[in-house]
Amino acid sequence: MTRNFSAWPVLLVLSLISLPLAIMYASVFVDSFTNTPPGAILPNEFTLAHWRFLVDPSIAGNIWVATLNTFIFALSMVVIVTTISAMGGYAVSRLNLPYRRFFLAGIMVMHAFPSVTLIIGVFLVLQFAGLYDTLAGVIMVKATLMLPFGIWIMKGFYDAVPWEIEMAGVQDGASRFTVWRRLILPQVKPGLIALGVFAFLDGWGEYLLPRILAPTSEFRVLSVYLQQISVTDSINYDFNLFKSVGLYYTLPVLIVFIVFQNRLMNIFGGGTKG
Amino acid sequence: MPIQLQDFTKRFDNTTVIERMNLEVHDGEMLALLGPSGCGKSTTLLAISGIHRVNGGQILFGEEDVSEQPSQKRNVGVVFQNYALYPHMTAYQNIAFPLEVRGMGREQIDKEVRAIAALVHIEQYLERRPGQLSGGQQQRVALARALVRKPGVLLLDEPLANLDAKLRLEMRSEIRRIQQETGITAILVTHDQVEAMSMCDRIAIMNEGQIIQIDTPTEMYRNPKTQFVAGFLGNPPIAFVNGRASGEAIRLDADEVTLPLPTGARRPKDGEPIVVGIRPEIFGVNGGSPIGGRVSFVETQGRENLYDVALPSGAVLRSIQPVRHDISVGDQVTWGVNPDALMVFSQDGTRL
Ligand SMILES: Nc1ncnc2c1ncn2[C@@H]1O[C@H](COP(=O)(O)OP(=O)(O)O)[C@@H](O)[C@H]1O
Ligand SMILES: [Mg+2]
Repeated sequence: MTRNFSAWPVLLVLSLISLPLAIMYASVFVDSFTNTPPGAILPNEFTLAHWRFLVDPSIAGNIWVATLNTFIFALSMVVIVTTISAMGGYAVSRLNLPYRRFFLAGIMVMHAFPSVTLIIGVFLVLQFAGLYDTLAGVIMVKATLMLPFGIWIMKGFYDAVPWEIEMAGVQDGASRFTVWRRLILPQVKPGLIALGVFAFLDGWGEYLLPRILAPTSEFRVLSVYLQQISVTDSINYDFNLFKSVGLYYTLPVLIVFIVFQNRLMNIFGGGTKG
Repeated sequence: MPIQLQDFTKRFDNTTVIERMNLEVHDGEMLALLGPSGCGKSTTLLAISGIHRVNGGQILFGEEDVSEQPSQKRNVGVVFQNYALYPHMTAYQNIAFPLEVRGMGREQIDKEVRAIAALVHIEQYLERRPGQLSGGQQQRVALARALVRKPGVLLLDEPLANLDAKLRLEMRSEIRRIQQETGITAILVTHDQVEAMSMCDRIAIMNEGQIIQIDTPTEMYRNPKTQFVAGFLGNPPIAFVNGRASGEAIRLDADEVTLPLPTGARRPKDGEPIVVGIRPEIFGVNGGSPIGGRVSFVETQGRENLYDVALPSGAVLRSIQPVRHDISVGDQVTWGVNPDALMVFSQDGTRL
């Protein structure tokens, strides 16, 4: 590739702009392993004390249970969102559904709604269904809110698969379902993987819904745990502890992102190569 | 297996693409559906394959009415224009797929796949994916996949359109060879008259959803029923000149040229406007009735030259002759037309 402008001014500007961010990240990392005397800027001793939450449940409860809950929550998102989007996206892209246009428009509108505005309605429905304050209830609500996005993305991927492949499959004697599972699904795999990662990250970071819809339950996710130790008027408020938990909370996200970064870009590239 | 379309009608929403088409394909023959783009060839093909449902009429395979059968039951092999190979499977898996969904055993599948691969000459490419195959090889895989379960009918939708000129020539004879070796009834859809003439036993020429004429290639070239058919077949194409009937002769419009009416043509009324079709090979040095004009273009084709001759009225005739160097653009020439090979059409395009 030939460059038609030199790179360094761009790099310089980008570095300057992102410097505050970089300093923030660095300080989180450094502070979680050190102590800093009051008033000083630089830390003066190394300590693992801020990580004691890993073994000491008395601080804010058992972190491992919260981690497990968060994993269950995020993985449920992956399973539900990818499964339903894989099928729903195909349906709105390819099948001659009644009210297809209505569904498409509906999905668009649902996607545009901020979830907070729906919270009262959701609360009433959960209450009515007896799912309020349960893990299952929160999972269902979160998945429902993510589905319009997932279906829409998958529809885009399905739209890019040539009709002829489907016709050829039917002609070869396969049922429509076999055609979907064996011929079409493999073509949209990149989209499905990207969507799965996306669903995982979104589920992992969710705070509002578990907080509001399952306030008292045993089921507590990491975001809620983090919030509880950050309540500033609690007796033993420890800012560095808060940073350590934050770092711990971010770690899986970073790992997932590093592993899947190329796949994740796919969702914005849109579609597969023919 | 013989195929018969009876009053076949196809509509999309409210536009009728095909109206009451009748067509018969004999057992074991290869028939070309020839026509300009958008005339409904693919639609007809997809209806025969079962992907499109018919809106009226029947489709018969042999004695059996299959109009209401789904694609899966019809046992029709289709080769699509872009081959529609499954990109995530190897050539072998592509060809095996139709057998797998039928629940055939592994060993049997292997035997069948290798047999058909030998027929289409792709034994050495079986482990490659479509992306790693050339256009011609993909075409062969698509043929193998269509033929592997021994269908009663083979349908080919513009199978050569995506190949370069040399491969097209090769695949033309290959497809014909495979069709003849298997003895399968085949329909070839194409907009290329050369393909239709060189590959098929008979040609059905279509325009705007109608079949205009069905004949063998030679007969159709020699004896087109309408001006459209005459214009569609032949390369370089036939030239049309307007004229008027006057007794036993034709006067070309605005020229001092009269041509005798060809023998066997229906006599038009005196003064009736008509269209005269002159193929490039009947206009040249050894024809009968002379026509004079100015050479406006010379196209070298290697063995032959194609001369465009502009008449004073502005109409252009074409003449194809062995290469000669004594004629160049701008020369005034008087060449003869073989009057018996003229074609005369009435104003609405039907042959007189
Ligand atoms: N699925 C479809 N929906 C609506 N119109 C169609 C569809 N398929 C084909 N047509 C129309 O039918 C006509 C014939 O198309 P087609 O059979 O593909 O032509 P050909 O193969 O001869 O080029 C065209 O005018 C096309 O626009
Ligand atoms: Mg077509």
